[in-house]
Amino acid sequence: MKEKHYYTSLTRNMTLIVILVSFTPLILIAGLIGYYFETSYREKVMEHLHELVEKHQQLINSFLDEKLSYVKVLADSYTYDELTDETFLQNKLIILQNAYSGVFVDLGVVDSAGVQISYAGNLKLENADYSKAEWFREAITRDYYLTDVFLGLRRTPHFVITVKKRRGDTEWLLRATIDFAAFNSVVEQIHIGKTGSAFIVNSAGELQTRLGTDLMPNIASLLGRTSWARVGGAESAEPAGSRIEEVKTSSSGSNAVSGIVKSRNRNIIYFLMPLKSGEWTLVYQQDQDDAFSEVNRARVIALAIFTFGCLAIVLVALFISKKVVRHIQKADLEKEMMNEQVIEAGKLASIGELAAGIAHEINNPVAIMVEEAGWMGDLLEEEELKESQHVDEFRRSLKQISLQGVRCKEITHKLLSFARKTDPVHQQIQVNDTIEQILSICKERSKFNNIRIQTELDQELPLISASPTELQQVFMNLINNAIDAIGSGGGLLEIRSGVEGDKVVVDIADTGHGISKSVMARIFDPFFTTKPVGKGTGLGLSICYGIIQKLGGTLTVDSSVGLGTTFHVHIPIHDETS
Amino acid sequence: MGIEILIVDDEVEFADAFAERLRLRGFTAHTASTGEQALQIIDQGSAKVMVLDLKMPGMDGLEVLRRVKKTHPEVEVIILSGHGSEMDEAYVRNLGAFAYLRKPADIGDILEAVKRAEKLLASRTV
Repeated sequence: MKEKHYYTSLTRNMTLIVILVSFTPLILIAGLIGYYFETSYREKVMEHLHELVEKHQQLINSFLDEKLSYVKVLADSYTYDELTDETFLQNKLIILQNAYSGVFVDLGVVDSAGVQISYAGNLKLENADYSKAEWFREAITRDYYLTDVFLGLRRTPHFVITVKKRRGDTEWLLRATIDFAAFNSVVEQIHIGKTGSAFIVNSAGELQTRLGTDLMPNIASLLGRTSWARVGGAESAEPAGSRIEEVKTSSSGSNAVSGIVKSRNRNIIYFLMPLKSGEWTLVYQQDQDDAFSEVNRARVIALAIFTFGCLAIVLVALFISKKVVRHIQKADLEKEMMNEQVIEAGKLASIGELAAGIAHEINNPVAIMVEEAGWMGDLLEEEELKESQHVDEFRRSLKQISLQGVRCKEITHKLLSFARKTDPVHQQIQVNDTIEQILSICKERSKFNNIRIQTELDQELPLISASPTELQQVFMNLINNAIDAIGSGGGLLEIRSGVEGDKVVVDIADTGHGISKSVMARIFDPFFTTKPVGKGTGLGLSICYGIIQKLGGTLTVDSSVGLGTTFHVHIPIHDETS
Repeated sequence: MGIEILIVDDEVEFADAFAERLRLRGFTAHTASTGEQALQIIDQGSAKVMVLDLKMPGMDGLEVLRRVKKTHPEVEVIILSGHGSEMDEAYVRNLGAFAYLRKPADIGDILEAVKRAEKLLASRTV
C-alpha cells in the first residue's frame, strides 16, 4: 500500500497542471482580446466624440458668423443716418427678431466716444456711455468684434456683436446684443450620455455659457495646452492631485486638443476646440466611465464569464484528478494484489521444484531400504533362523520398515505429482460426474461423522478439458478436507456447480471450524498442515492449487472461524493450455 | 525352473538385494549397473525379462530400452522408475515397455509383472 501522501500530491499535481494548462491560454486570450478591444473601442469613442464636438464647433461658429454677418449686412446696407433713426432701427430689430426669435435682444449705434446714439430694444439704454467698457475699447480698434459674455449695464449675461463703420472722420459702431439663453441653447444641444456636456470659455478660462455639469477643476491649465488660447499666468493654477493624462493633443484638420484628466475619484475626457478664431474655446467634457460605459459593461460581463470559467475549470480539474487518482489507487492496489499472487505462485513453484528434487533423490535410497528389508524378511523364512527366539520381533520390525518405506513412497509420489511438469492426457470431462464419483467414495466416511451432503449441480454444465485423475485428486482433497474440518460433530457439506462467464465454478462449502487468518496465508504452501502428525502430508491443497492453476483456473477460499469454509474452484471451459 | 531375469540399476545395492530375493524365489537373476553392461548380457541371449531403471549415468534406461527393442524385440522390459514424474508411462509403453512401476516398488508387484511377462513369453514360444 503506497502512502496516502503520494496520492494527495498526485492529485495536487494533476489539478495544478490542468489548471495551469487551461488558465494560461484563457488568460492570454482574454487579456489580448480585451486589450485590443478596449483600445480600439476607446479610439472609436474618442473619434466619435471628436467628430461630434467638431460638428458643434462648426455649428457654433456658423451661428456666430451668421449673426455677425446680419449685423454686417445691416451696417453695410444702411447709412449712419438711417440707423440712428430709432424707428428705423426698431423696425430692423423687429425684422431680425422675427427671423431669429429671441436671438437678437437689441440694436444700437455707438459713436467713437462710446455713447450710444441710437438704441432699439426693450431696455432704456439711449445715450448709455460705453466709453469705459472694456469691450468698447477693443471693439473700436477692430472692424468687427464679438465680446465675451458679460453682465454689462443691464446686469444680465449677454454678449455683443459690433461692426465698425466710418463716416467721414469719425467711426461709429453698430452693436447687436445676442441673448445669452439663445446662444446657450446652441451649445447645450451637445449632450451625450449622462455626463457628456459642452460649454464655452474665453481665453481667461471664464465661462461663456451655462454649465450642465461640474466644471473640470483646471480648465485654465488645460487651455494652456492649446495653441490658440492666450492664457495669462494661469498655468500655475493647476491644482495638486489632478494629473492630466494626454491621450491625443491634436487631430488632423482641426487643431483640437483632447485628453483625459484624472481628478479626484473620476477621470474626465475633455475636448478643446477653438471658437471665434481662438478667442473662445469650446470645451466638451465627459466622465470616462460614462463615455466608455459600453466597454465597461463588456468588461464586467467578460470578467464574470472569466471568473465562472476559472471556477468551473478548478472544480472540474479537482473532480477529474480526484477521480483519476482514485482509479490509479485502485489499479495500484490490484497490481499489488496481483504481485502478491505472482510471488505466491512463484514461491509455490520453487518449493515444488525443490520438493520434486528431494523426492527423486529419496526414492532410490528408500527403494534400497525396502528391498533390503524384504531381503531380510525372505531370509527369516529360512529354517535355521526360524528357531531364533526374536524371530517375531524381527518380522514385526521388518514389516514396519516396509510399511514406512511405503509411506515414504506415497509422500514422494504426491510430491512428484505436485511438481509434475508433463501434462497428463486431457479429456473432455463432466465435472458433475467427477464430483458424484468422489462423493460415492466419501459417503461412508461422512455418514460415520454425521455429515449431511447437499449437492446443487447444474445439469447444463458444459464439459471441460482436464486430466480425469487430476480432477479427481482435486475434488477428493477438497471434499476430504471439508469432512475433516467438520469433524465428528456432524454438519453440512454443500457442493454447488455452475457456470460463471467462461468458467465452470464449483463451490465446496462446509460448516466446519473455519480457517484462522494466520493459517489462511499458508494453506496452499506445500508441507503445511494443521492435521496431527502422520495424518496429513500438507501437500493436498498445494497439489490442488497446482492442478487448477495449470488448467488456467483459480482456487480461492472464503472462511470465517467457527462458521465454516468455502472453496471456490474456477476452471475455464475452453482449454487454454492446448 | 524360472526364466532368467536381468536387473539393470546403477544403484548396485538395490540390484543385488533385488536379485537375491528373485533367486530366493526360484528365478535366475543377473545384474548390470550400466546400460552397456546390460546390452552385453542381453546379447548373450539368456535373459528374457529385463527390470530396467530409467535414470542412470551414461546410457540411460530409455536408450537401453530402445536398443533392446531394436536388437531383441522378444525381450520383455519392465520399467522401474524412481523418477516417475519425468517420464510418462504412456511414453515408455509406446517404446515397447511391458510394464511401468515406480520405486520403491513392492516385491509382490514386481513379481506379478515378471510372471505376466513369463506367461506372455511362454505363449509366444508355443
